[in-house]
Amino acid sequence: MADLRTEFLGIKSPNPFWLASAPPTDKEYNVVRAFKAGWGGVVWKTLGEDPAVVNVNGPRYGAIWGADRRLLGFNNIELITDRPLDVNLREIKKVKREWPDRAVVVSLMVPCEERNWAAILSRVEETDADGVELNFGCPHGMSERGMGSAVGQVPEYIEMVARWCKAHTRMPVIVKLTPNITDIRHPARAAKDGGADAVSLINTINSIVSVDLDTMSPVPSIDGKGTHGGYCGPAVKPIALSMVSEIARDKATRGFPISAIGGVTTWRDAVEFMTLGATTVQVCTAAMTYGFAIVKELISGMSNWMDEKGYRSIDDFVGAAVPNVTDWQFLNLNYIAKAHINQDLCIKCGRCHIVCEDTSHQAITAKKNGNRHFEVIDAECVGCNLCVSVCPVANCITMVEMTSGTDPRTGRKIDRHYANWTTHPNNPNAVKAAE
Amino acid sequence: MPAAQGRPGPDIASGRLAADDYARNFADLHPPLDAHEALVESDRCYFCYDAPCMNACPTGIDIPLFIREINTGNPLGAAKTIFDENILGGMCARVCPTETLCEEACVRNEAEGEPVKIGLLQRHATDKAMVANAQFYKRAAPTGKRIAVVGAGPAGLACAHRLAVYGHDVVIFDAKPKPGGLNEYGIAAYKTVADFAQAEIDYILSIGGIAIENGKRLGQDFQLADLRRQFDAVFIGIGLAGVNQLHESGEESPGVEDAVEFIAELRQADDLANLKIGRRVAVIGGGMTAIDVAVQSKLLGAEDVTILYRRGKEEMKASEFEQDLAQTKGVTIKHWVRPRKIAVKEGSPVRIECEYTRDEGGRLKATGETFEFEADMVFKAIGQKFEPGPVPGLELVGGRLKVDNERRTSLPGVWAGGDCVHGGQDLTVAAVEDGKRAAESINRALSRQ
Repeated sequence: MADLRTEFLGIKSPNPFWLASAPPTDKEYNVVRAFKAGWGGVVWKTLGEDPAVVNVNGPRYGAIWGADRRLLGFNNIELITDRPLDVNLREIKKVKREWPDRAVVVSLMVPCEERNWAAILSRVEETDADGVELNFGCPHGMSERGMGSAVGQVPEYIEMVARWCKAHTRMPVIVKLTPNITDIRHPARAAKDGGADAVSLINTINSIVSVDLDTMSPVPSIDGKGTHGGYCGPAVKPIALSMVSEIARDKATRGFPISAIGGVTTWRDAVEFMTLGATTVQVCTAAMTYGFAIVKELISGMSNWMDEKGYRSIDDFVGAAVPNVTDWQFLNLNYIAKAHINQDLCIKCGRCHIVCEDTSHQAITAKKNGNRHFEVIDAECVGCNLCVSVCPVANCITMVEMTSGTDPRTGRKIDRHYANWTTHPNNPNAVKAAE
Repeated sequence: MPAAQGRPGPDIASGRLAADDYARNFADLHPPLDAHEALVESDRCYFCYDAPCMNACPTGIDIPLFIREINTGNPLGAAKTIFDENILGGMCARVCPTETLCEEACVRNEAEGEPVKIGLLQRHATDKAMVANAQFYKRAAPTGKRIAVVGAGPAGLACAHRLAVYGHDVVIFDAKPKPGGLNEYGIAAYKTVADFAQAEIDYILSIGGIAIENGKRLGQDFQLADLRRQFDAVFIGIGLAGVNQLHESGEESPGVEDAVEFIAELRQADDLANLKIGRRVAVIGGGMTAIDVAVQSKLLGAEDVTILYRRGKEEMKASEFEQDLAQTKGVTIKHWVRPRKIAVKEGSPVRIECEYTRDEGGRLKATGETFEFEADMVFKAIGQKFEPGPVPGLELVGGRLKVDNERRTSLPGVWAGGDCVHGGQDLTVAAVEDGKRAAESINRALSRQ
């Protein structure tokens, strides 16, 4: 049985699955339910200064749905906690005392003045919480007031506030990053330069999920008006994976601890983030979609996968995929793959054919001897993977590497040597011809 | 049967059930999908390329497109996609044997053995349009051409509608008191509840330019020659007026009834409780009519209903779904049995002498082994046949009207379609396609004049 115990900045938790700072961690009642369900830790919903903020009194959320209304993307215009600071602090202290084996990290957001950060940090320390997470991510509402992503979008501010926080507390400091920037490496470097202990990412992405075509109001609509919210859920996972990997492989931040956030829904999502360098993952939308019980699947799924692979602890695979993340220019241009359709699994929907025919390379048949038959024409197939992407049956179409012979498309012999763009004859800036 | 002992005559009675039971028994066989169900079901469609379902549909409805339109909250767009190819899409959604047409072809069968419920989705869209009375077609400028359509069944209605769209004037003649043909007089009641056939006709006729004259029988009240003289074109969609005979002795006796007639009577009954049905019913035949009469006999309160069919399950013309339906409703199907002699004695139940049969190299062979079967009522459902009397001069093939791909008969200016033509499938949807094709052909012909 695999050991899922996790240590992150010295903070211990029975598993790497934490709930992200959000409605599920707003108060003792929810957090206790989460711990009872098995969650390894929580980042308590962001605390601010009194008087507490107020939320809208109408809809706060919007969604994008897939098949059978499966929630794929989620958007919110909720602000940080709207409960008084001392109520939150009292509950945090109580929960931490009653659940000493679970991680309790407190998310914070106060105005960009050193004394404000110093003041709240000293009060949080009294709760015996395990650490703090600086919310430099929320893209709506608070950012208009100079907090949240307004800070996260300026690396100098990130560094400055991180430095203040490290100066005013003994607790580990995690900086939560906004994805609403052009290059995630800059804010991550700033957090590290400011002395922070880790980064967590991503916070939500600026979004309008839809427009009500009767009222012409963005959704969620408050009295006929809407505003952009923060986008999260399964739809944002690829963006988060990429950003996590960028930080993990950046020379300046390589090895810097990461708590990954962004659409984690299943154990597989969690493992993927961890192979790209995250030590813990934080979950919000999946819990808000299905309830806390999903953590049981996360635990058993990761545990069984580790057993199957022979990983005994999470350290065995954290970061395992990072060395394989590279730049396009270093991809092996001699690698040749062709799509292959398993005729036994094929249900003959013809989607592979029509997308290839209409939008790509005309490399899949529609008929053979007058019968409906879908087969790859190797002489046309560039190996693009579009057919795999649209096929409704898993593993029906696979990409098969050509390891010998001649590529019927180009007429060139298969060359097993690695050769990338940097040395390609078509590259005006080629450093040296391939040998 | 013990309960019948001591009674002299056959046990045939009306009012076998409580009033509620009639209502429940003859309610919609497939209740319509609600909005949520339609969304979930439509989401299952893969929007296949060159979709097999569409190719399996005799009218060639763009099924993936209309399902996608339902899924995107555009049911009226979906309805128009359906009506463009099949103006009787509402009825076809109810009566098509989808399990042998579009749904049989659905790739989801291959994927997980459960096709997209195309028929129910089609009903969802067409119901929405009809409830909203959404009209999708406007008549073209009047052409001054007049076309006679004989028979107000699916073929005639489809033909008339398409012709009206093109701006022609149409007069439909029908022998029955009400239009609709088999939609009104033939289909099992639980497939088309709430007088749907007439509602659909009203919807179709609202295009304008179509007059219906009921109670006018071709060959009796008017002649084909008259029509050819008075109209620019004639379409014949008179169905099958004759019924096949068993050629066994006793079949003309009282107590031995024609299933088609009984079904028509049932469809027109104001109160099903007034309809008489035997306690023990035997049905001879293996097609849809056999199933329809057997199931409805059971639903009217018959205690034992048995279908006697001379071949096996696979050979039955009734689809597997229909066979299952019959059996679920409590009908017994006896295969490899043929009636040899039907004996009716005044005031006694009908006695059928049956003989077992078997298949010998594709040929039906009587085994010589017999048994006696007793029933209070016997229905013959062994198929209908074309009566050529009313259309003298039209060439026949296989006992039905010979038509070409455009549904032209052998006489210039005369088109035909539906069950009365050779080479069809004897399905509502096929009749609609015939009417549509004939209308296109007629329009082309008249435009050239």
